[in-house]
Amino acid sequence: MSTVAFITARGLFGRRRALLLLPLPILLVGLALLCRAYDVSPDQWGRAVIVGLGLTVVLPVVALIVGTGVLGSEVDDGTIVHILTKPLPRRDIILAKYAVAATVTTVVSAVPLFLTGLLAGSAKLGAALAVASLVGALAYSALFLLFSLLSRRPVLVGLVYILVWEGLLGNFVSGTKVLAVGQYVVTITDKIAPTTMIESSVGLTTALVMSAVFIVLGTIAAINRLGSFSLAGETS
Amino acid sequence: MTTQTLPAETVATTGAVELTNVSRWYGNVVAVNDITMSLRPGVTGLLGPNGAGKTTVLHMMAGFLAPSRGTVTIDGHPTWRNPSVYSTLGLVTEREAVHGYLTARQFVTACAKMQKLRDPAAAAQRALELVEMTGAAERRIETFSKGMRQRTRVAAALVHEPRVLLLDEPFNGMDPRQRMHMMELLHSLGDRGHTILFSSHILEEVEQVAGLVQVIVAGRLAASGDYRKIRRLMTNRPHVFAVRSSDDRRLAVALIAEKSVAGIEIEATGLTVRASDYGSFTRALPRIALDQGIRLHQLLPSDESLESVFSYLLEG
Repeated sequence: MSTVAFITARGLFGRRRALLLLPLPILLVGLALLCRAYDVSPDQWGRAVIVGLGLTVVLPVVALIVGTGVLGSEVDDGTIVHILTKPLPRRDIILAKYAVAATVTTVVSAVPLFLTGLLAGSAKLGAALAVASLVGALAYSALFLLFSLLSRRPVLVGLVYILVWEGLLGNFVSGTKVLAVGQYVVTITDKIAPTTMIESSVGLTTALVMSAVFIVLGTIAAINRLGSFSLAGETS
Repeated sequence: MTTQTLPAETVATTGAVELTNVSRWYGNVVAVNDITMSLRPGVTGLLGPNGAGKTTVLHMMAGFLAPSRGTVTIDGHPTWRNPSVYSTLGLVTEREAVHGYLTARQFVTACAKMQKLRDPAAAAQRALELVEMTGAAERRIETFSKGMRQRTRVAAALVHEPRVLLLDEPFNGMDPRQRMHMMELLHSLGDRGHTILFSSHILEEVEQVAGLVQVIVAGRLAASGDYRKIRRLMTNRPHVFAVRSSDDRRLAVALIAEKSVAGIEIEATGLTVRASDYGSFTRALPRIALDQGIRLHQLLPSDESLESVFSYLLEG
C-alpha cells in the first residue's frame, strides 16, 4: 500500500464521518430481514428496497461520503499540502486516493446489497447486485473525487447530482439516463440476474461504455486539476 | 543536534530561488506587482505588513500559485506544475493543518517515504531530533500544543534535507522558548548552506534571524538587502508621541531643550512630540519629568504601527 493510500485510509476511518457509512447499509439489510421475517413476498418489497433504497440511495451516498472524504476533507482542512509538497506525480496521488475510495465504497455497499439480493431472491441476484455495486463504486468514486477538486463544497455538488440529476431529471428527461451512473448499475444488475423487480432503461453496452467513460475521464480530469492545485493567496 | 550536512559543493551551486518580473493578480486586484528577487543560501526574511503579498509570493515560490506574469524558478526549474521541485524544496505553510490522527513519528516518516528516501525511519528520527520532538514522537499530533505542531511540521518539511526551505510566519503562536529554538534552528540551517526564506510581519523576529531581508509593501518590493541598512532607514524617521501630563506647557519647555526632540505641538488634549531618536527620547522623558516634578499621565507612540513604518519606507 502506498504511503498516500495509507494516510488516506487512516484519514477516512480516523474521522467521525466514517460512522456515517454505517446506518444506510444497516437500514438496507434490516428492512430486507424484516420483510423476510414477516414472510412478505419479495415482489412487494424487492423493488422499493433494492432499487429505491439500495441502488438509488445507499450506493451513491456511500460513494459520496467516501469519495469526498478521501480528498475533499484534506483540501478543506489544508492537510493536502503535506502530500502535494512531495515529488510525486499527481497521477500517483489521485490513483492512490481513487483506489481507496473505490475499494471502501465497494465493500460498504456491495456486501449489504449482496445480502439484500440474497434475501429478496437468490444468490445470483445478490451476486449481480455486488458486481453492479463494484462498477457503480468505480464510476461514482471517479466523479466525486473530481467534484472534490472542482468545488469547495463537493458534498453539496454531489448531493445535487444524486438528487436532482439522477433522482429527479432521470425520471422525467429520458436523455439524462444515459449520463446517470445509477442507470448503469440498474442495467448491469438486470442483465446478470433478470427479475421482475428490476427494469433497466439503457442498454448493457451503453452502461458499460459510459461507466468506463466516467471512470477514465473523471480520473484524468482529477489528475489534471490536482496538477494546478492552488493555495489561497493572502491568508492574513 | 545531529543532521546530515549536504556536501558543500552541492549547496554552493544550488538552492537558488529566482523571481523575475513576477506579478499576480486576482481579477482587478493586484496582489503582487512586478517583483524581481533572488535568494541565495543563508537566511532571508520576507518582511511586510499583513496583506502585503508575502504569502502570495511564498505560494508562488512553492509552486502553489501560478504567476500571472513573470517566472519563478528554483535552480532554473519552474516551480508551477512541476512536482519534481519538491525534492529540493520544503514548505511550512501558515495554516497549521496536520494529519492529527497520526503520531509525530508516523507523520514525519510518511513524509520521508513520500520523498522516496532510502531510509525513511532514520531520516524521520534525524528530523525529529533537529526540532527536539523525539520525546513526544509517539504521541498523536492532535494532542500537541501549537508550538509542538509547528515543530513537527518543520521536521516534516526538513526530513529530506531540502536545499530550499520556505516558512510562512513560522513564529506565530510560539512561546518565547520555542521561538528562540526555532530561530537557532533557522540560523544553523542557513549557516550550513541551505536557502531559508521565512515571512514575518514582526520587525524584531526578522532582526534576530535574518541578515538579509526582502521588504514587501502593497505587493511591491520596497527594499531588499542587508537588514541593518534597512533598519537604519526605518529608525531614522521621526517618531511621533502623544504625551499627557500634569503640566503640559512646562513639560514642553523642558523637552524642547532635549536633543532628541525635533518638535512639539501643544494642543488642548496634550502634547504631540516629534522625536528624532526613539531610544534617546523614551529614556530622557521620565528623567525630565522627574526633574521638573511633573507627573506623566500618558505616553503613546502614535505612528508605531508597522504599516506606518512600511509606508515610510515605501516613500523613502
